[in-house]
Amino acid sequence: MAELSVLGKRLPKVNSWAHLTGSAKYADDLFLPRMLYGRLLRSTQAHARITKLDVSRALAHPGVVAIVTGPDMPETIGIMPSVQDETALAIDRVRYVGEPVAAIAAIDEDTAFEAMSLIDVEYDPLPPILTIEDALREDLPKIHEKSRRANIFKEVHLSFGDLDAGFASADHMRDDWFFFEGNTHAPIESHSAVASFEGDGKLTIWTCTQVPHYLHRELEKALGLPRAKIRVVATPSGGGFGGKSDPFAHEFAACLLSMRTKRPVKITLDREEVFYAHRGRHPVKMRIKTGVKQDGEITAVHFQSWLDGGAYSSYGIATTYYTGALMTVTYRIPAYKFDGVRVYTNKPPCGPKRGHGTTQPRYALECQLDKIAVDLGFDALEYRKRILQPANSRTVNELRITSMGLGQCLDELGAKTKYSERHGQLPRGKGVGIAGSAYISGAGLPIYWNEMPHSGATVKLDRGGGVTVYCGTAEIGQGSDNMLASVAAECLGVRPEDVHVVSGDTSLAPVDLGSYSSRVTFMAGNAVKDAAWKLREWLLDAASERLAIPRECLVPADRRITDLRDPEQFVTFDDAVVLAEAKHGTLSAAGSYRPPQGIGGGYKGAGVGPSPAYSFQASVAEVSVDLETGVVTVDRITTAHDCGRALSPANVEGQIEGSAYMGYGEIMGEEQVFRGGLHKKPSLLDYKIPTSLDTPELEAIIVETIDKEGPFGAKEAGEGPLNSVIPAIANAVYDAIGVRFDETPITADKVLAALGKRDNRGMPKDRIGPEGMGDGQEAANAALRRLSFTTEAREKKKANA
Amino acid sequence: MTKQLLTLNVNGESRTVAAEPHHTLLEVLREELQLTGTKHGCELGECGACTVLVDGVAVLSCLTLPMQVGDAIVTTVEGLADAGAGAPGREARKLHPLQTAFAEEGAAQCGYCTPGMLMSAKALLDGNPSPTRDDMAQAISGNLCRCTGYTAIYEAIDSAARMARGG
Repeated sequence: MAELSVLGKRLPKVNSWAHLTGSAKYADDLFLPRMLYGRLLRSTQAHARITKLDVSRALAHPGVVAIVTGPDMPETIGIMPSVQDETALAIDRVRYVGEPVAAIAAIDEDTAFEAMSLIDVEYDPLPPILTIEDALREDLPKIHEKSRRANIFKEVHLSFGDLDAGFASADHMRDDWFFFEGNTHAPIESHSAVASFEGDGKLTIWTCTQVPHYLHRELEKALGLPRAKIRVVATPSGGGFGGKSDPFAHEFAACLLSMRTKRPVKITLDREEVFYAHRGRHPVKMRIKTGVKQDGEITAVHFQSWLDGGAYSSYGIATTYYTGALMTVTYRIPAYKFDGVRVYTNKPPCGPKRGHGTTQPRYALECQLDKIAVDLGFDALEYRKRILQPANSRTVNELRITSMGLGQCLDELGAKTKYSERHGQLPRGKGVGIAGSAYISGAGLPIYWNEMPHSGATVKLDRGGGVTVYCGTAEIGQGSDNMLASVAAECLGVRPEDVHVVSGDTSLAPVDLGSYSSRVTFMAGNAVKDAAWKLREWLLDAASERLAIPRECLVPADRRITDLRDPEQFVTFDDAVVLAEAKHGTLSAAGSYRPPQGIGGGYKGAGVGPSPAYSFQASVAEVSVDLETGVVTVDRITTAHDCGRALSPANVEGQIEGSAYMGYGEIMGEEQVFRGGLHKKPSLLDYKIPTSLDTPELEAIIVETIDKEGPFGAKEAGEGPLNSVIPAIANAVYDAIGVRFDETPITADKVLAALGKRDNRGMPKDRIGPEGMGDGQEAANAALRRLSFTTEAREKKKANA
Repeated sequence: MTKQLLTLNVNGESRTVAAEPHHTLLEVLREELQLTGTKHGCELGECGACTVLVDGVAVLSCLTLPMQVGDAIVTTVEGLADAGAGAPGREARKLHPLQTAFAEEGAAQCGYCTPGMLMSAKALLDGNPSPTRDDMAQAISGNLCRCTGYTAIYEAIDSAARMARGG
């Protein structure tokens, strides 16, 4: 391939200028003529029957125009078609504090707010279920009648290779418990949607969603309006991180209120509501049993996870599988067993947050590997390098691995941070830790299983030399618009700033499945490349004809198509467009991308985990622990990330740094925690996301492996680097004070307890973390017995059948 | 509640609007003056997205009542480009060095904290043309960014400071 003229260069993002001049229009920035303002009335109960819901007083309030409640939209909805268990607004029953019950549209926000107190709601409380242990144990009440046993949403059991033989051949075993606390996305922009139902019977919604296509499907279902009459426009999103990838109550309510009133309706959540909308990181309890040979080679891994799902399914099936699916892609594991259980509790539903379902088990695995390295006297960096899963291989759970740069990441980190020279050598209170990780470049299967492309793009050229890309991707700040413009510009030989991008619009652009699972660069990148390449061929033909030069000697770059051998021989891009249009007619081409077949297994549950390519990354964290106050300061995090090819190096570094920042926040203090169903810290003052003064020095190292199927070799960059940061910090704290943090977050309180300085007894501990299930040993054993009983019964049944 | 007439000096223009007296400067800027570049993230003074300059001082417009502002000069992100330009009478609006530097360094990802971040950074540079990393961290400590980890923002402020100094 000739040298790239756009990709790999440090150029400003094409959509920067709108952000920097204040002209970018986020959903809440839209003000339409005659627009009404909506508010959601939310449940004050964690678990209750609704015995009375009377809106007549509120409806009579001056300025209130319409009110809708649950029975107005009776269809069940949800992001995963097989497990839809919620309605747009609650019907008869509420399952968490903050669950939307009714929606009001009024002439202004103040009026809508006043009218909320005029809705008469009465509840008959039910006992709430708030912990994983209670949900596993209690058959009554059931949060959802569909749960066959207790309050379990989903149980998964998968086994690969000969586990017994693996453990039998091990020279050394570890059996460790971990707990990862839940946390939330906390985007700076709260959710917002504006809906407008017009006289022609067509509905448009502008909303900061990550998944316009899936929202489109759910709106059709809930509103009873054909999808052909609905247009979803994903506005620029002020932060997503997975938190805007479910269909939300305010979106349905704004649409229905607009249909009822024939006026535009805006609903913007306030900050407290964002914490209750949630769909963030699941709290997960985990157990890993690992066998290794004397040389550290892994012989078998048995991983168990128990996920606290909150009140509804959201992406929960995928999350449950993801806790087990990617454990095998980094290091060689010849035998692997995975048991996953997700339960319902009376708390806001959990869903996907950056690293979806893989962050918690990755933390557990990488902390355990650090323990194994200590047990066997290995350098933790060198140890990881010795057990790497090779490139171009299959894992024991049948995932296809192509490019694999974890080894290079570890090498780069070692050189940069001097990890091996410093680990174990620093004074007490100072520590350095390392961890590796991996992530998917898009899920191999769509949420709705079908044969259609995962991403489509159209590129149009106009007679003035203009280029427009149409693609259904959602720009959530990750830079997808810039990626589309840059890939099209590279193919056509123009500059990214010459390209108009129309994205996230279900009426104007071909479908892209959405900004989730780190799929956009890989999939939409391939789709736009496919489309633009077709036009490139026409332009080259036209230029070749005009110049009488063979087309293999021509190269498009910098708005010219030039003879490689003689730069004086060229046709301008604008002229080539005119020549090609005269020859072919209107210049427009469509492209699409669908992941290849056969990249995963054929077993039940094999749908989660396969990806056309995996990103790999490793982090080194350096920490200082104040031995008197217990305060942990993370001084620096260095992350090396294999992104295939960095199409935009500045953006890739931004994703690596942003992931490191978010991972740092998760392990050092962020927690989505509840007291009796009430959020303990539903504000940005109490839920402390790191400020500039908290954030460590962050360093990003790009590693390129040029993936053979990625667009120009690219893989993902947006999620993986979060995963390795968290265990790297936990391992660094161990290096500093000799205490294992097998639960998150690591707070000063817990550090003091570990150092024996929290009370007068002064008993130091070498580990903070769960001993098993439950709070005490007894409960743990009981819960374990119950679970192993079920698992064994199931397997016996399978054997008998 | 009855609206009252109110005159504000915003981005070099004197604007008279009718607004409810309990509405904040943020609401009046966004809803009465269509200056939607200033964002709201919490309306509780916790996130900094609504930062504007009042007589050159960075303030949270969600905690400021327009009545308190009086005839002080209000600058929002929409007025930043002009504020960075030379003498009046020039032809084109020139971007402020901070805007150029934020684009070049990739300091805006989702862009939602960016208007507030730019205003805090401008207040810093106006008083301290050569800030250290610590000065920058202090100056933007009230502006939460959930995307960048702040690294690119420091680099952008530093680069803008050098541009402004002509270096």
